[in-house]
Amino acid sequence: MTTPLSTPLSTLRWYGDLYLTMARMAIIEQFQYRAANYMYMIGMVAEPVVYLVVWSVVATQQGGEVGGLTPRTIAAYYIVWTLVRNMNIVFTPFGWEQRIREGQLSGQLLRPLHPIHYDLAFFAGWKVVVIVMWLPIAAVLAWLFRPEIDPRLSQVVVFAVAIWGAYLIRSMLLWMLGMVTFWTTRVGAAFDFFFTAELLLSGRVVPMRLMPDWAQTLARYLPFESTFGFPITALVGPITDAELVEGLIRQAFWIVAGSIGVALMWRRATKVFTSVAG
Amino acid sequence: MDTGGTVSAGESIVVDELGKTFKVPVREPGLRSAVTSLFNRKTKDVVAVDEVSFTINAGEIVGFLGPNGAGKTTTLKMLSGLLHPSGGRADVLGFTPFDRDKDFLRQITLVMGNRNQLQWDLPAVDSFEMSRAVYRIPRVDFVEQRDELIELLDLGELVSKPVRNLSLGERMKAEIANSLLHRPSVLFLDEPTLGLDVTMQRRIRSFLADYNKRHNATVLLTSHYMADVEALCRRVMVINNGSLVFDGDLEALSDKFADHKTLVVTLSEPVDLSDYGEVVDDSSPSRPTIRIGGDQAASVTSRLLAEQPVLDLTIEQPPIDDVIEQAFGVEVEAESEAPA
Repeated sequence: MTTPLSTPLSTLRWYGDLYLTMARMAIIEQFQYRAANYMYMIGMVAEPVVYLVVWSVVATQQGGEVGGLTPRTIAAYYIVWTLVRNMNIVFTPFGWEQRIREGQLSGQLLRPLHPIHYDLAFFAGWKVVVIVMWLPIAAVLAWLFRPEIDPRLSQVVVFAVAIWGAYLIRSMLLWMLGMVTFWTTRVGAAFDFFFTAELLLSGRVVPMRLMPDWAQTLARYLPFESTFGFPITALVGPITDAELVEGLIRQAFWIVAGSIGVALMWRRATKVFTSVAG
Repeated sequence: MDTGGTVSAGESIVVDELGKTFKVPVREPGLRSAVTSLFNRKTKDVVAVDEVSFTINAGEIVGFLGPNGAGKTTTLKMLSGLLHPSGGRADVLGFTPFDRDKDFLRQITLVMGNRNQLQWDLPAVDSFEMSRAVYRIPRVDFVEQRDELIELLDLGELVSKPVRNLSLGERMKAEIANSLLHRPSVLFLDEPTLGLDVTMQRRIRSFLADYNKRHNATVLLTSHYMADVEALCRRVMVINNGSLVFDGDLEALSDKFADHKTLVVTLSEPVDLSDYGEVVDDSSPSRPTIRIGGDQAASVTSRLLAEQPVLDLTIEQPPIDDVIEQAFGVEVEAESEAPA
């Protein structure tokens, strides 16, 4: 009988090679669509610019600041927002139905690798392209809105870690949400509920410090702030070193909880998978 | 359900009373039924595969035939670990497929003629590179295997074009190459020549025969093109309504299911042979072809030889696609009728 060509690479080396290879594919693919990516990013900038203008007006009308934020610190928040938002983009739960219907999932299930690695590696590679494209957009926004930002070294380091932590948490959350498709296909309403909660309790629409106390308390027990508000505040401040460490611990907790959730759901989901479409 | 067990020496696939039942929602048409189904959802069990048992030895190429919806693809999906069986046992290379052990997945492949696993926007060679990483193929072996597959499948420069720019046949060849880069021991092929032109079908057939010979790979093949089956498989299994109704030599299939045989009679002078059977071809009056019942060959031949000026006589089994079509209503396509 034939001998398969597998080799006993160490697990760590194997995953390293896998992630680099798949991320490279994503970069090649996304650079092919650089125009579309740029249009997409420019479209996405519209959202924070609206928030920025609204909150700047409110701050000005209230004597120069709102909740301790000045128009220039608000500008810093929403310019960093644009990068964090891009880091937050992961495989959408709405894509699962298509993934199953078109047989892509079957192809992935046949390979000796958990399919979540494809998504993690692919979107990680895509983010490299996004960051390169984001730099000139951020420069233009900074020139227009004059943000006030003066991070300590610890803030910069934690921010660099936290944006990838946010990426992992959101990947896990949206994977779990998407896997609901294994049991029922009409899950749009559940997705909408999730995204509304995320919008309000993550710091996306409003910096969490401007939200009511009850909302801030509720947010502490949910994962959303770890994916949005925390990375932004980590860089923009004001934040103490202790709060930075606490934020990272929270992220680590949600990554572990998300991984366990994905593993448990995946095990059950594959048992009910009918592979109807190929 | 018992899903454990191992294969014996020489056996590659062992299937014992394997079954798959799907639960399908049922609802009568109309508003009232729609409202009722909100509170009382009814389902019915659909048996796709019903206690199928067979064994395939290492290096065998087996054709898996049957009508649409008979259970062929469901069986392949269970054997490749995509579907969890409802009952029975399956062993492939000593593994229980649904456990999806990484060592198992590194030794098998499932090629589906209607599915594309290559990256659509990238050249196939980039997808090959991804397979290298996924299957942990050492770089030197990968380059050797890749180049060999490119040559054998006559892919050449095609692998450098984005997959979306390839024709269906070119894409299928690239798909097959991608599926075999890790040199699997067991190949599950579901309509691998679907929609390809005759030349491309032949090319893929000859490649698969060669791959089987070189690597002693086990192949389980479904195809609606009987030319695929006739060219590659000595043994066929026929499944109908989820049950295995035949497992044996391709030639024996005709004996079991054909309800007729064909006699080609060469006469010294034209004679009307309609008393002996249905004349199906009399375009050459002194060499008519008649169709007789499957069990009448001996008696009709004796009568013909005794009563008519017969110079030569040939008894033929009906074409295999006719047999399948008659037995199960399967829509089979001869090579010449394959879409381009």
